[in-house]
Amino acid sequence: MDFTLSKKHEMARQLFKDFAETEVKPLAQEVDETEHFPMDTVKKMGKYGFMGIPIPKEYGGQGCDILTYIMCVEELSKVCGTTGVVVSAHTSLCADPILTYGTEEQKKKYLPDLASGKKIGAFGLTEPGAGTDAQGVQTKAVLEGDEWVLNGSKCFITNGEVADIYIVIAYTDVVEKRGRKVKSFSAFIVEKGTPGFSFGTKEKKMGIRGSATYELIFQDCRIPKDALLGPQGKGFPIAMHTLDGGRIGIASQALGLAEGALERTIEYTKERKQFGRSISAQQNTQFQLADMATKVEAARNLVYKAAMKKQEFAEGAKVSYSVEAAMAKLYAAEVAMEVTTKAVQLHGGYGYIREYDVERMMRDAKITEIYEGTSEVQRMVISGSLLK
Amino acid sequence: MKIVVCIKQVPDTKGGVKFNPDGTLDRGAMLAIMNPDDKAGLEAALRIKDETGAEVTVLTMGLPKAEEVLREAIAMGADKGILVTDRVLGGADTWATSTTLAGALRNIDYDLIITGRQAIDGDTAQVGPQISEHLDLPVISYAKDIKIEGDSVVVERQYDDRYHVLKAKMPCLITALSELNEPRYMTPGGIFDAFDAEITVWGRADLKDVDDSNLGLKGSPTKIAKASDKVRKGAGEIKTDLDADGAVVYIMDKLKEKHVI
Repeated sequence: MDFTLSKKHEMARQLFKDFAETEVKPLAQEVDETEHFPMDTVKKMGKYGFMGIPIPKEYGGQGCDILTYIMCVEELSKVCGTTGVVVSAHTSLCADPILTYGTEEQKKKYLPDLASGKKIGAFGLTEPGAGTDAQGVQTKAVLEGDEWVLNGSKCFITNGEVADIYIVIAYTDVVEKRGRKVKSFSAFIVEKGTPGFSFGTKEKKMGIRGSATYELIFQDCRIPKDALLGPQGKGFPIAMHTLDGGRIGIASQALGLAEGALERTIEYTKERKQFGRSISAQQNTQFQLADMATKVEAARNLVYKAAMKKQEFAEGAKVSYSVEAAMAKLYAAEVAMEVTTKAVQLHGGYGYIREYDVERMMRDAKITEIYEGTSEVQRMVISGSLLK
Repeated sequence: MKIVVCIKQVPDTKGGVKFNPDGTLDRGAMLAIMNPDDKAGLEAALRIKDETGAEVTVLTMGLPKAEEVLREAIAMGADKGILVTDRVLGGADTWATSTTLAGALRNIDYDLIITGRQAIDGDTAQVGPQISEHLDLPVISYAKDIKIEGDSVVVERQYDDRYHVLKAKMPCLITALSELNEPRYMTPGGIFDAFDAEITVWGRADLKDVDDSNLGLKGSPTKIAKASDKVRKGAGEIKTDLDADGAVVYIMDKLKEKHVI
């Protein structure tokens, strides 16, 4: 057991850190204020391979491991939660299922453009009546000749409208299971611009405000028969497995937010003077910082461990990383919320002012407890594995 | 076309310079980075590679740890790296360093050698021109723009208030300013490749046509009497085409570029 990062990973971290500090940090406040999707940054990240880190070289990716990808999301999120989730949703929720379940033709068709950032990816499962309860999904796909016809809508879709390629979960059948009628789902790859596929409202959010969150609308949207991703009827396990991976991405976003808030708070408490000395000289500050740092370190270990377990899977081992991913996301998200809240508190009045990064980080952190499976869902996954 | 870029691992002076009590640099207390002028030289070489498919070799002399900057250069796009390291080469001043690098370069096939103007840890600007003397090559220093025209290079040589345009037939040596360009980032896949790449390691025995009396501490005529953080002097620069906000951005960029902040 070795907790030391290899030199290769250290160098990759330095790269992501330099990029984040130089290219992302200066824009973070503006991206939040204006709710402007950071397209120029995404193009730049595409140029340097950040949009295809764990995709094999044969499909135009960087051929790196999951840990490297996770560190990228972490370092970006340290300075901008929006930029972190753009990469996470694109990589974990769109490129990853194509890589895992796609046919050779689908991989060759979609992965190179996703890996280069020429095209952006998104994933649509959630619907107005279906969040945690997937059986509530109303979006339906019917096979008519050589085409699937999609009808329904998806909501809260990250990278919505800006993305070019969407993984969409729809039900394709109703089957009898233990005397009950249940929907059987399938996954599809839908391209922007397909007739019948349009975008609804852009959501106005509390945090990650630069991330484009849209409703997807399908009205007699016809896609080719071979747009089916994985076997028909396997959409639910594909979606769940995809979210297992996505949760490691969101866990690293949460970790980055917590680390970023901790760094800002250390700097601030050293500079801020009250009663003739810096507030870092107060024992309350010291103990708060110690607790924050300890929790961040524990979160990092859980997130990296989950990444390594997914790496084992990526290398062909028949292992599940579902519980590790759930634990990492549950813990990192709650640490992000706690640490950013404490960061605001330690900044005093200034922490409540938008000019200070921790104000944004606290708003950004909240979503990590909600999307890609709420903290409650993570507890269900974890306890389910304990009590089976 | 074959290009060799000489690079150096230096302590990052961005956060200030730290000295040992004896006046030498406390390298352990500072982060090690690729010297900024050398990085610009490497970027210039990589741009020539992008256009012409040139092969880019990076060469450094230093401690075994200096292979880190070679891997960084490969992660940016260089094709191969050569590290010259040997205990007998330690403590070298500019004369001994240029003698060593020239001894290594005599083993390498090249059309163009690019070095940085100067390293931020010594600020001498001597090694590049000295290498050209050892190898009997034309040198163009302080390059702020480099173009390849057939078998020649056309270089803009920077002065405080003007520049000269010079043309030289290859093989030749150019020393690059960090103002030359904005070096590219590494790529994650490039980093993975760089750690799979084999770094060629040469010692004293691999150097060609050099005399021991010109190597290492013993071969270094320079003796440090006193060392201090650098004080910049120059004619300065006058900008009249910027509004207040633009001026602030311009000044901040310059300060970052010069590693002041």
